[in-house]
Amino acid sequence: MSIRERLSGNEAIATAMRQINPDVFAMFPITPSTEIPQYFAQYVADGKVDTEFICVESEHSSLSACLGAEAAGCRAVTATSSAGLSFMNEVLYVAASSRLPVVLAVSCRALTGPININHDYSDSMAERDSGFIQLYAENNQEVYDNYLMAHRIAEHPDVRLPLMVCEDGFITSHAIENIELEEDAAVKAFVGEYRPENYLLKKENPLAVGPYGVSGYYMEARVAQAHAMMNAKKVILDVAADFEKTFGRSYGFFESYRMEDAELAMVIMGSSAGTAKAAVDELRAEGVKAGLVKIRVFRPFPGEELAQVLSGCKAVAVMDKSEGFSANGGPLYAETAGACFNLEQRPKMVDIVFGLGGRDFTVEAARSVYGRLEQIARTGETGPLYTHMGQREA
Amino acid sequence: MAYNLKEEMNKKDRFNPGHRLCAGCGAGIVCRAMMRAVDPEDRAVICNATGCLEVSSFQYPFTAWDDSYIHTAFENASATASGVEAAYNVMKRKGRIPEGEKVKVLVIGGDGGTYDIGFQSLSGAFERGHDLTYFCYDNNAYMNTGTQRSSATPRFANATTTPAGTESVGKKQNQKDLTQIMVAHGSPYVAQTTMFGNMKDFHEKAHRAIYTQGPTFVNVLTPCPRGWQYPAEDLLAICKAAIDTCIWPLYEVVDGEYRLTYEPKKKLPVEEFMSKQRRFKHCFKPGNEWTIAAAQEYVDKKWEDLLMKCK
Amino acid sequence: MKKAAEINEQIPWQEVTVGCEIYEPGTSRLTKTGEWRSRTPEWIREKCKQCLLCAPFCPDASIPVEDGKRGEFDYDHCKGCGICIKACPFNAITWREDA
Repeated sequence: MSIRERLSGNEAIATAMRQINPDVFAMFPITPSTEIPQYFAQYVADGKVDTEFICVESEHSSLSACLGAEAAGCRAVTATSSAGLSFMNEVLYVAASSRLPVVLAVSCRALTGPININHDYSDSMAERDSGFIQLYAENNQEVYDNYLMAHRIAEHPDVRLPLMVCEDGFITSHAIENIELEEDAAVKAFVGEYRPENYLLKKENPLAVGPYGVSGYYMEARVAQAHAMMNAKKVILDVAADFEKTFGRSYGFFESYRMEDAELAMVIMGSSAGTAKAAVDELRAEGVKAGLVKIRVFRPFPGEELAQVLSGCKAVAVMDKSEGFSANGGPLYAETAGACFNLEQRPKMVDIVFGLGGRDFTVEAARSVYGRLEQIARTGETGPLYTHMGQREA
Repeated sequence: MAYNLKEEMNKKDRFNPGHRLCAGCGAGIVCRAMMRAVDPEDRAVICNATGCLEVSSFQYPFTAWDDSYIHTAFENASATASGVEAAYNVMKRKGRIPEGEKVKVLVIGGDGGTYDIGFQSLSGAFERGHDLTYFCYDNNAYMNTGTQRSSATPRFANATTTPAGTESVGKKQNQKDLTQIMVAHGSPYVAQTTMFGNMKDFHEKAHRAIYTQGPTFVNVLTPCPRGWQYPAEDLLAICKAAIDTCIWPLYEVVDGEYRLTYEPKKKLPVEEFMSKQRRFKHCFKPGNEWTIAAAQEYVDKKWEDLLMKCK
Repeated sequence: MKKAAEINEQIPWQEVTVGCEIYEPGTSRLTKTGEWRSRTPEWIREKCKQCLLCAPFCPDASIPVEDGKRGEFDYDHCKGCGICIKACPFNAITWREDA
């Protein structure tokens, strides 16, 4: 039986962690993820978990400690945001290439500068090529559910990759919403225990981790890692299917919202999708064939599946909530456009960078995007492919 | 138990040959001795910072270590070890490691990974009080990248980023006294040692460090024939000169109490150490005599300070 | 669990161990670093007093000791650094006169 509650995204993650009772949690505070280890520290203090909770001296060390613990045979977790994730950068790559399935909660926040504590995906998008699996969420419920699925995906023998559970800083991390929690015992049964075949503390044989690899092996190791990420696609769907069977909520690589006959579509991520859905509903009521795709799984990127869904559209706006400074559009646009390139019939596609550093995204703004798409569909002219939205202009 | 070289040498090596350290590298001697200091019935997990030792002792698929080993990056060996120690504690608590089994967490890094880039994670781990032993093989510079200066490089040494020249007499600063900094962390056991005699000094310190509860630190002066520019076979003569000149005094600090473990019969002038290595060659040029005098003055002062602490 | 001896630069990517892990002790012994040697130390048994002062100072663990006595050098691994020659108080180790 599900339990109806009201929780913030951070507390939802902390609750999932409590239910899973990981072996090791290495923490370092940074806004807006700080509450996650704070809630967890109280669980430790109250004896609700028997996790080894270490307060380390930096994010570089929090992830490093997780790697040590994970290699030693334990389930290890941490949480961070923004500059903290950037500081982990080097270790993220080590986690992925050493195939250590650490689960990292990220309350996504802008990167400096100017220094800003509000939401966008500058931090997580900058780490999109680190080798982590990345799951994104629209709201607290999805954050919680993603977290319940995270360990099973990451630790699967065909995958063995670290995983980021991303939520939108403040918007999701701090806003209190209704949520359905699952019973502790049901969560434990669903997630299961972590028992790797080889680990540093194993008695029967030693384990050596993290070698120097000459060019005779490096390419092979990287190809194996690339295949693990490809394997993750099936595992993500399998775990989602079992999740639906167990808890009744359904998840895929992305959510297609009113896409059946959509001509104008938006590709978007996170909480902004909720706002855009309201615009889609209004437009549908007015007879406009609008729809949207909300990306849940950014790594591995579901390119083929996404292209299939977009193939019937006339015009698509990709909404990037991070600025990649490529002078050619943001990361979500690059992925989406690349995925659609080989379609027989492909939609016109533009990129819109929006919402940086917590800049508001309104239903009206979303409607204006569909207005632009309607014009593109009608004229066949895209205008500039890469634009920003929501900033003041001279 | 009294130290017995024969018994120590009868032990199976837990740091195996076939590693790719340079011929005559002191780090190979250090690793063998470090592993002999782990009781044969106990296991160990070695956490290694990036450096010469890492690329030489675990080049895929060849590990020199009999025990479990992990390398993640350059600056985070202590943090990685903190995670291993946390894992050990929780697995013991949850019964996944049986009561009687003992696993020691050893961390090893060069002076780059210890004095410099790894200092933050080292300090953090010691402040938190993890049960681990950190061995620094201090070879006085960034050797893996080709002898660039570190904060452990002694004053006047010619490193590739502090070369001697018409306007330079080598490195400008004295060596950072990391051992004292580790004492200041409140560690229950901190020691300095090197390779000499029958390795009794090294062994006893390493063993005591490994079997003292809490974060313990052993700083080992480790000559590097290529970086220090001397014939590889002279390693022991150089170590002996380092301790007899008091450039590298041997002492231990147990719960804050200092104890000198070696006092030279006759304290030798610093030239005895410096003249054996071409990295100090420029100091012996006419006009540069002052460098030797300055080096002597610094060593004398440090030695007097240490003797005061050991009283 | 794949053995290090089965891993070489000809195997396909599917056979490289996950994360390049190794599951055995001391596989470095498979590397014959003796090939690096330019000079060779020679043990003169008659002069040796078995004091073992050479053994701990070999960086390459190439002076095997059994039952408290050293044996012949492990020339598969000895890199010829010569530290043992200087460590011996009895001149029982010298450089071999190579051609």
